[in-house]
Amino acid sequence: MSALFRMSGVVKHFKTPRGLVHAVDGVDLSIARGEVLGLVGESGCGKSSLARLAVRIIEPDEGRIELDGVDISHLGQNEIRPHRPRIQMIFQDPFASLNPRASVGRIIEEPLIVHDRGTPAERRERVASLMDKVGLRPEAAARYPHEFSGGQRQRIGIARALALSPDLIICDEPVSALDVSVRAQVINLLDRLRAEFGMSYLFISHDLSVVEHVADRIAVMYLGKIVEFADRRSLWRRPLHPYTQALLASVPAPIAGAKRAPIPLRVVEPPSPLAPPKGCRFHTRCPYARDICQIETPELKSLQGETHQVACHFVSADGESRLQASA
Amino acid sequence: MALLDVRNLRTVFMTRQGVLPAVDGVSFRIEAGETVALVGESGCGKSVTAASILRLLPDPPGRTVGGEVMFEGVDLLALGEREMRQVRGARIGMIFQEPMTSLNPLLTIGDQITEAILEHEPVTKAAALKRAGDLIDLVRIPDASRVLREYPHRLSGGMRQRAVIAMALSCNPALLIADEPTTALDVTTQAQILELLDDLKQRLGMAILLITHDLGVVAQAAQRVVIMYAGRVVEEAGVTELFEGPLHPYTRGLLGSIPRPDREVDEHGRPPPLPEIAGLVPSLAALPPGCRFAPRCHLATPSCDLQDPPAITLPSGRRLACINADQMGSLT
Repeated sequence: MSALFRMSGVVKHFKTPRGLVHAVDGVDLSIARGEVLGLVGESGCGKSSLARLAVRIIEPDEGRIELDGVDISHLGQNEIRPHRPRIQMIFQDPFASLNPRASVGRIIEEPLIVHDRGTPAERRERVASLMDKVGLRPEAAARYPHEFSGGQRQRIGIARALALSPDLIICDEPVSALDVSVRAQVINLLDRLRAEFGMSYLFISHDLSVVEHVADRIAVMYLGKIVEFADRRSLWRRPLHPYTQALLASVPAPIAGAKRAPIPLRVVEPPSPLAPPKGCRFHTRCPYARDICQIETPELKSLQGETHQVACHFVSADGESRLQASA
Repeated sequence: MALLDVRNLRTVFMTRQGVLPAVDGVSFRIEAGETVALVGESGCGKSVTAASILRLLPDPPGRTVGGEVMFEGVDLLALGEREMRQVRGARIGMIFQEPMTSLNPLLTIGDQITEAILEHEPVTKAAALKRAGDLIDLVRIPDASRVLREYPHRLSGGMRQRAVIAMALSCNPALLIADEPTTALDVTTQAQILELLDDLKQRLGMAILLITHDLGVVAQAAQRVVIMYAGRVVEEAGVTELFEGPLHPYTRGLLGSIPRPDREVDEHGRPPPLPEIAGLVPSLAALPPGCRFAPRCHLATPSCDLQDPPAITLPSGRRLACINADQMGSLT
């Protein structure tokens, strides 16, 4: 299966007054047509920088970003223009990401105007059909964002992202700001739209249960690196990286009396991305870390005959884990 | 006697749209040493309930217009502001979602905790500082002597929340009110803070009123659960009873809409759509005439539009506000 979207060896560091932030540090990933790739990790792991790289709001320091085999990583403003419609984005905060002074119709029409699509009449028709698709009444096009609830605003953001019929939508925490009952509505909507239009999603979230529900494959990111890749079921049933195990153990299950095992972490606090640890970046928190983990960075290796990939010195190619609690 | 007994609490907001009933006849109790979760979606009145108990709502626009808040046998709503200050931060501790709302960025952690102690207890500055160090140890912040000299911005989100918990515990409260205490934290940090709160509760014997929208947190941390919807209590039950057999259609809908890893999958390996609660939470300015959940309820009957059912106590001890439920709480 040829990839629709691919990142290889992507690096992005940010200069700040306090030093160099290693936001993304050598990431390889690919997304097939129609696939949902979930990306999980804690705050500061670089997942939002990865999203901004994917839509090419920012340019990588190193590595390639390819769309259908075309390298878009260093294209200039004009050269990237024809590619932009194919990758769109949905943001976490439906309050901040919509222009409060523009009507909803205008917000959804904006990408069509920018990319010079259709006549005004055709665009109006397109806006009405998009609003209908995302479950908003087309009559509401003349109203303004503040007249809508959080869930409805997220629908507006989704309609805007759909306007140019993209191949890939980067969803950056799209349901994190929503209430439980509305969250289910928006998750189902995203799922229906994908089934109908066949696009792909890069679905970024800190909420593992949401990612597990929507994604076909899941990538786990830690301090700028992917530490584990697996299809949704295997990640949940057989997490191999100690970090993934700690993340899953931390999710409070909505089951009363579910007694939780202690979280397998030596130190709770993640290190600063300003000074990521040498060797395996997780070694400072890992209960299984050995000497080698402080020196050598483990590579992301595939397990034999599986799509499952893990970056840990103590997981062998047959998926056998040789993790032992260190003293 | 319950430690906290909230009776028919009513708090309104004066707005341009009129007087909005944010908390409309809410009653519940907390026994000493018990953790009760107050659960609901944004705008349901859970945080306003907490702020009303603590009398921290800015007036205007908010005003508590009815009910009683009996705490250790005294109605907090009848106290003067000076007496209330002796309760707040002493007998009742508070922590909020964003630790920086409780911390002064210009004072060190040590100064803030000692100030909280000196405010309520006649001890020397040195004794207060010593106690602050003990509290920092108690909330498992490593390197207490260094952290006491730090300013809040130098600490991570998780460490700040621990410092706020230390402050809230400074005068041995009988009740801790925690409003979304882990919502802003990463999942690994959240797990540690919940574990810490549970451990502190056991050791200090305090009760906790936990306000949250996260049903996973509820299942893990609470013994009893009060579910709110549009300013009203719709259901109350022990945590096991609630998760194993939710009665109110709203509670059932909420629990049903959570993604769970054990769902069946289709031939493409994908789980079926999540069960949804249709529609939106009603605006307080335009509440439905009868049951506030009726417009979204798939079990609603015409009589649901005629009266807003109060939460009544069932023989099992659970409470439920649904006119279509029988004595056992089964929906007809």
